[in-house]
Amino acid sequence: MTTEQHSTTHHVMPVRTYLIVFALLMVLLAATIGVAFLHLGPFNRIVALTIALAKAGLIMTYFMHLRYSSKLALVFAGMGFFWLVIMLLIGMGDYIARGTIPGTF
Amino acid sequence: MTVSSPPVKLEKPPQNYLNWAFGIKSWLLTTDHKRIAILYLITVTLFFALGGLAASLVRFELITPQGDLMSADNYNKSFTLHGMLMVFFFLIPGIPAVMGNFLIPLMIGAKDLAFPRLNLASWYVFMVGGLFTMTVIVVGGVDTGWTFYTPYSSTYSNGAVILAALGIFAAGFASIFTAINFVVTIHKMRAPGLTWFRLPLFVWAHYATSIIILLGTPVLAITILMVGIERMFKIGIFDPALGGDPLLFQHLFWFYSHPAVYIMVLPSMGVISELITAFTRRRIFGYKAIALSSLAIALLGFLVWGHHMFVSGQSVYAGLVFSAITFMVAIPSAIKVFNWTATLFKGTISFTTPMLYALGFIGLFTIGGLTGLFLGAAAVDVHVTDTYFVVAHFHYVMVGATIMAYMGAIHFWWPKITGKLYNEGWGISSAIIIFVGFNLTFMPQFIMGYLGMPRRYYAYPDEFQIYHIASSAGAAILAFGYVLPLFYLLYSLFFGPKAGDNPWNAKGLEWTTASPPPHENFEETPIVTEEAYAYPVPQKAEVTSGA
Ligand SMILES: [Cu+2]
Repeated sequence: MTTEQHSTTHHVMPVRTYLIVFALLMVLLAATIGVAFLHLGPFNRIVALTIALAKAGLIMTYFMHLRYSSKLALVFAGMGFFWLVIMLLIGMGDYIARGTIPGTF
Repeated sequence: MTVSSPPVKLEKPPQNYLNWAFGIKSWLLTTDHKRIAILYLITVTLFFALGGLAASLVRFELITPQGDLMSADNYNKSFTLHGMLMVFFFLIPGIPAVMGNFLIPLMIGAKDLAFPRLNLASWYVFMVGGLFTMTVIVVGGVDTGWTFYTPYSSTYSNGAVILAALGIFAAGFASIFTAINFVVTIHKMRAPGLTWFRLPLFVWAHYATSIIILLGTPVLAITILMVGIERMFKIGIFDPALGGDPLLFQHLFWFYSHPAVYIMVLPSMGVISELITAFTRRRIFGYKAIALSSLAIALLGFLVWGHHMFVSGQSVYAGLVFSAITFMVAIPSAIKVFNWTATLFKGTISFTTPMLYALGFIGLFTIGGLTGLFLGAAAVDVHVTDTYFVVAHFHYVMVGATIMAYMGAIHFWWPKITGKLYNEGWGISSAIIIFVGFNLTFMPQFIMGYLGMPRRYYAYPDEFQIYHIASSAGAAILAFGYVLPLFYLLYSLFFGPKAGDNPWNAKGLEWTTASPPPHENFEETPIVTEEAYAYPVPQKAEVTSGA
């Protein structure tokens, strides 16, 4: 690998794409707010989190240009996601198992 | 590397990064990684001095069992300031932003880092963080401890928590900027022939460190921001009264702050690999094992944070798992220590100042690491949680190890950075003074911690006084050891003999260029044809007849 080797070229996205993604994000935002008024029991949380994931996905693919990035950039973005999963998964381990032995925490 | 015809060189005065441009503007607006490293060097030294001052207030107060020098409140503020400054403004940026900044482009044969302006921005953001922290002192301090545990920090403390949080937030972003730069530079700008497994281990260590910074620091930044949000807008995140969970803070905080120990120690380990090979004149033992164990630490370091929460009310099952993984994370560290000692075996060791620091590092890091296993065992931890045993442990790991490596690095590369030689006699004495002072300061803390002396108390039962006096005496010796280099290094800057390009006769691309290096680092891009640390294989014991 040398200095000359530039694997990524600048991909210019049309403004239209940004506007469409922005509009989509606004629709999803409205959906989040709308769902908050419905009483779906535990599904409220699931729907809200799904919408949030969709939003994050849109932002990463378009606003953060991941769609047009090199494989290396994708690996690092994937790592960020994987680490988030580690944090949530191991963190949840505590919350799920807390207080399961009587007389202890 | 470059073959140049000598007569032409005599004509022009040697141009280097120091005399390449003059004036304050040429420094404050520089994008030269070497100059930015110097800016960082000056500022972290100032923060270290301030943090040290706060530490001496703490040690002064603890000489007597009664709280007599200052009020309990001011004591709390002193140790908080000490922790904040040392952790976020010295230990974390210390080696990466100073030595990494200066050396990585030189070690990989590049002209600069990938994003020179981002590098300068990093220093400015760091200064903004420092400014916030200085403001905290002026407006009355903060008393939460450097850990900012909720709900105290988010609800009850009446110190300048939000300002302090902003300071740490900014300092965090400064290190993120540096890490982005390192990752991209190491991936994209290596000289021709410099494959991954030819990289100096210093570079590997900084690569692993950068990954930790990139993946961990945003979590700290958001967490500390959430403390501020809860404080200001009463949005329930951590406060049980508002529907939050105080333990959530500890989870998020330690998700960053345990790996942060590796942000401090991994670059130190990189330094030690360089020093040991240079002063044993041997190839490092187990190159790949050391390189890959850095990455293993980067991953495993993120899976153990709950060992800080054994008595917090965390699930005992979670505690069990965290304890088990904590023992696992000791393995890659041990791999490094064993490989260094194996490198020493039958090496031609010269006990120069940097080498003394490297050997000191191995000793202090081993003590710190092994006592970490005590603490990782949940049952023992219950006994010593929040005692001086913990304080001693993390000072051995974070401070002992990191400062030994930092001082070793400063001395080793001082001739490269400044082009001048410091006085070895002074160097060796200060290394010994620091080693003795450090152990005298923190060894008694293990004992009194095990006997039950809690941390963060400004008054204590009489029986602990003897240990506290020993510890404070050690701190005085330590302080003397830190001040000494300031004088002889500055002296060498002006009156020291010229260093020459490679005074240690060491391997590595940084030693092939001039001292101090020219603005563009190398006159032509070097081509790498050999492994790192290609020191000549020592001959069989041969019979030499005199000189
Ligand atoms: Cu830890």
